[in-house]
Amino acid sequence: MTELDQIFNIPPYSLKKDQKQAIIVDHINRLNSHHSENCEAYKRIRKAYDTYGKRQSKIEDFLSIPVGLFKDFELKSIKDNEIIKTLTSSGTTSSKVSRIFLDKTTSRYQTKALSIIVQDFIGSRRLPMLLADTQNVIKDRRLFSARGAGILGMANFGRDHLYLLDSELKLKVNDLLNYIEKYKNEKILIFGFTYIVWLNLYEELKRKNIDINLENAILIHSGGWKKLADRQIDNTAFKNRLHDAFGITKIHNFYGMVEQVGSVFMECEFGYFHSPSFSEVVTRSADNWAPKSFGEEGVVEVLSILPYSYPGHVLLTEDVGIIYGEDDCKCGRSGRYFRIIGRIPKAEIRGCSDTYEE
Amino acid sequence: MNNTDRLRRIFAEALNIKIETVIDSLEYNSIPEWDSVAHMSLVAAIDDGFDIMLETDDVIDMSSFAKAKEILGKYDVEF
Repeated sequence: MTELDQIFNIPPYSLKKDQKQAIIVDHINRLNSHHSENCEAYKRIRKAYDTYGKRQSKIEDFLSIPVGLFKDFELKSIKDNEIIKTLTSSGTTSSKVSRIFLDKTTSRYQTKALSIIVQDFIGSRRLPMLLADTQNVIKDRRLFSARGAGILGMANFGRDHLYLLDSELKLKVNDLLNYIEKYKNEKILIFGFTYIVWLNLYEELKRKNIDINLENAILIHSGGWKKLADRQIDNTAFKNRLHDAFGITKIHNFYGMVEQVGSVFMECEFGYFHSPSFSEVVTRSADNWAPKSFGEEGVVEVLSILPYSYPGHVLLTEDVGIIYGEDDCKCGRSGRYFRIIGRIPKAEIRGCSDTYEE
Repeated sequence: MNNTDRLRRIFAEALNIKIETVIDSLEYNSIPEWDSVAHMSLVAAIDDGFDIMLETDDVIDMSSFAKAKEILGKYDVEF
């Protein structure tokens, strides 16, 4: 146990603005020192931006590093023999993938963080669980893809897991029907990547004209809409169509990225992503990086107090979002709540080294 | 068979390791055989073997063989 473990003893959406900001600022300052001492490259970045050795007092004042940096550099604050897990991003837009190195402690933080967030939505009992994927994504044990890591992380909340796709990504229709019959009186948890749920589950069942009842199910999905661009489907349409087809009402998207342990932003019943006690979200102007006000569009920056094994505690994402408010969402959860509305236009984020590939 | 032996056998079978290596200090992620994939099989085997249903927190906190015994105590499994 470490001092940081205390953050997991309080409900994830219980801190009010002042309390939370004090905690985040304190821990991010500590992480700045920790990573500057243990990651030479990170220290050089902070020196280059003249923030080395400086403490900040506001969450908007920290130096963020672009998430893409993990594609070009192996940034870590641990020795090689301490690495127990290497996470990689799915790498859909370019051939490069991020590589994120976890040691025992940071890996445990990641598990705990996801745990208290998801339990806030589904409760402490493990539920019968359908995974909208093939078991093959968890076969390569040493090097998990984002998909494999996501599946494994979520599997802790379930029991009697059924992987819905075979090795050729074909839907196992009979297994699915049998499973739903077996658990027809119980709450079922379904997890999958957004595009897989849509293409391999929803569209496949529609195409085969198979009617299933998922009224008791709770669906958690993640991964973004990029691979569904040609379907022109957004979050609202996704929820409506799945509800119309299968009667499912509890559908929660979550926003997060492999590059930042602890940043798991679950979508509430009112359609907003929520920042938990150990992470925070800031939006910035793409012109001068000044923080944006609530209600304004901006480039999303995420902060997490959990990454100790690599310097991913303050990251500038490639996403554009709007923070709608803090501590006053209709769902009752405290903290900032926001939506993601798109990606930064490529020209603004790509350095010359990347444009070659386009 | 007492519960310690039963749990040791479950560990050995679920993780595919020799039963002699299942000792109190055996820790999650300390051997390649006990990783997050195997952990799922182990949890399912414990659920079945003791006819219980571990809660999520216990699945996550089950970080060693000794800890597993401690957790099972909450489910009225005595060691």
